[in-house]
Amino acid sequence: MPGAIHAEGLVKTFGDVTALDGVDLDVPEGTVLGLLGPNGAGKTTTVRVLTTLLRPDSGSATVAGLDVLEHPDEVRRSIGLSGQFAAVDEYLTGRENLQMVGQLYQMRARAAKERAGELLERFHLADAADRPARTYSGGMRRRLDLAAALVVSPPVMFMDEPTTGLDPRNRQALWDVIKELVSGGTTLLLTTQYLEEADHLAHDIAVVDHGKVIARGTSDQLKARTGGERVEVVVHERDAIAPARGILARYGPGERGLGDVSVEDHTRKLTVPVTGGAKLLAEVIRDLDAVGVEIDDIGLRRPTLDDVFISLTGHAAERAQDEENGADPSAGGRGQRKEPAA
Amino acid sequence: MTTLTDGARRPPAARGGIARSFADSLVVTKRNLIRMSRIPEMILFGLIQPVMFVILFTYVFGGSMQIGNSTDPDVYKNFLMAGIFAQTVTFATAGAGAGIADDMHKGLIDRFRSLPMARGAVLTGRTMADLVQTAVTLLVLAVVALIIGWRPGYAAPTNAGKIMLGFALLLLLGYAFTWIGALIGLSVRTPEAATSGGLIWLFPVTFVSNAFVDSSKLPGWLQPVAEWNPFSATVQACRKLFGDPGLSPSDAWPMQYPVWASLIYSVLIVVVFRTLSVRKYRSASA
Ligand SMILES: Nc1ncnc2c1ncn2[C@@H]1O[C@H](COP(=O)(O)OP(=O)(O)OP(=O)(O)O)[C@@H](O)[C@H]1O
Ligand SMILES: [Mg+2]
Repeated sequence: MPGAIHAEGLVKTFGDVTALDGVDLDVPEGTVLGLLGPNGAGKTTTVRVLTTLLRPDSGSATVAGLDVLEHPDEVRRSIGLSGQFAAVDEYLTGRENLQMVGQLYQMRARAAKERAGELLERFHLADAADRPARTYSGGMRRRLDLAAALVVSPPVMFMDEPTTGLDPRNRQALWDVIKELVSGGTTLLLTTQYLEEADHLAHDIAVVDHGKVIARGTSDQLKARTGGERVEVVVHERDAIAPARGILARYGPGERGLGDVSVEDHTRKLTVPVTGGAKLLAEVIRDLDAVGVEIDDIGLRRPTLDDVFISLTGHAAERAQDEENGADPSAGGRGQRKEPAA
Repeated sequence: MTTLTDGARRPPAARGGIARSFADSLVVTKRNLIRMSRIPEMILFGLIQPVMFVILFTYVFGGSMQIGNSTDPDVYKNFLMAGIFAQTVTFATAGAGAGIADDMHKGLIDRFRSLPMARGAVLTGRTMADLVQTAVTLLVLAVVALIIGWRPGYAAPTNAGKIMLGFALLLLLGYAFTWIGALIGLSVRTPEAATSGGLIWLFPVTFVSNAFVDSSKLPGWLQPVAEWNPFSATVQACRKLFGDPGLSPSDAWPMQYPVWASLIYSVLIVVVFRTLSVRKYRSASA
């Protein structure tokens, strides 16, 4: 059975820019999909297609079981959207904005008013509720926009970079809101630049680049793809870098000798990929101590989603460059720009 | 703490087409009226301009205009008012166009377009709000006109019902023209372009007419243009209903049956331009 959000082969071009180059997605009901990708990857365009704001050139999509192209109106009844840029009326107060949205969802005036009050409370906007949104700070506008997306608690939600511009307290509060929504059965597609956020909230992650999904899986699966654990050591003195490097090289995969250990001179940090877990850490400390290397910090690090992101999209960028230089003509067809007609 | 997901998982069942369309349009109308009330300087300028026109035309041209066989400034004053009223209501075109152009390029339009609302409501809401503003302007203008000496029934008998009908035709004309403004607003990139695009063509339309001069004094080739001009029909209808002097004696059908002509023209403009605008709105940015 297709998920609550399902897309196949979405393509969208703007002039000679290919924003979407065959996006496939499937988000099972009641789960969160985190959409990651560098600037210009096509995240917002994907959201706009799925929320009926944009017609794709080709491909198909269903949301809550309804075809986005054939039944846009029914789809709109089942979704809530908080776009990348806050969509609020500057001259209306926060309360008036939310009431208007409620009434346009065909709520009765009284119900819309009550709901507006609840949401303002919930998003810490009660104090500013009766001021025009024009006077709100960026983060307040963002929260008002999120509240507007939640007016009818629709079964499928789209949030495009919802926590961009929020302070840590409000970000945490939004995470709580999202968790609550999901435990209530809402399906959510979330785009974000904060990989920690995807790690924390998303059941599944899709990495997009150049309008294509280049990797998908759970955060653990993606991390496993990028590589295992590493030991990171910060030595006390610059002079200790060389002896420490010799010792750490013994614990590395042994393929490149000292080359296994990467060194960051200015922070005096050495990193080596290892297998063996925490037990190994004690041995490393003992060995360093034996040769008199003083350390400021030592730890076992697992790859973060940032590592995943950079390794995935970094490779992709390199490949695209190679193709442009004609290094790999067989793999044609990707890349931002369409070939000029021959 | 509020539960976010309680209550209906979906919005309540949609009301029928027309009821929903009307309800949604009213919500958007209210939004636009609130906006207008928070930018009072816009309303103020909207008022000053026609009042200035009334005074300038009355006292600058009043002495040198011949209406029928009369050069009495008092006749011109009573002749002029219907023309000024009609011109004023058409100026709502620019406001509607600018408002819609502005909306289309702000983030809020994405909110509207992602909501399950009636297709034309964003536009209808704007035109209805402009209608309210036009009504207020017209009221103030009518009071100013009375103060400086406009006397309904000056040339022919009239009554309250006829006067009301005259104002209703004026409002309908203004409403029709805001739909032209809507189409302009949807076709340009900036509110500034919509303002000038909404105004420039109004000058020939309102001046090549019977509004400010006796149309039988126009050059021969311009006379039919002026007599069949939809704008002239409303002006003639108002003069007839208000009992003002200077009715055009022309044989042209709209001059003979101006009330019907005004009604038909206005309804036709609404139907044509509303259809075009709603179609354009739906395809915009898709
Ligand atoms: N309306 C438009 N007209 C022209 N090009 C567009 C339009 N919308 C998007 N694009 C292009 O499509 C590509 C994808 O844009 P999109 O906004 O989807 O990226 P994104 O992944 O959301 O980026 P960001 O992280 O910066 O928000 C970009 O190259 C962008 O320039
Ligand atoms: Mg984006």
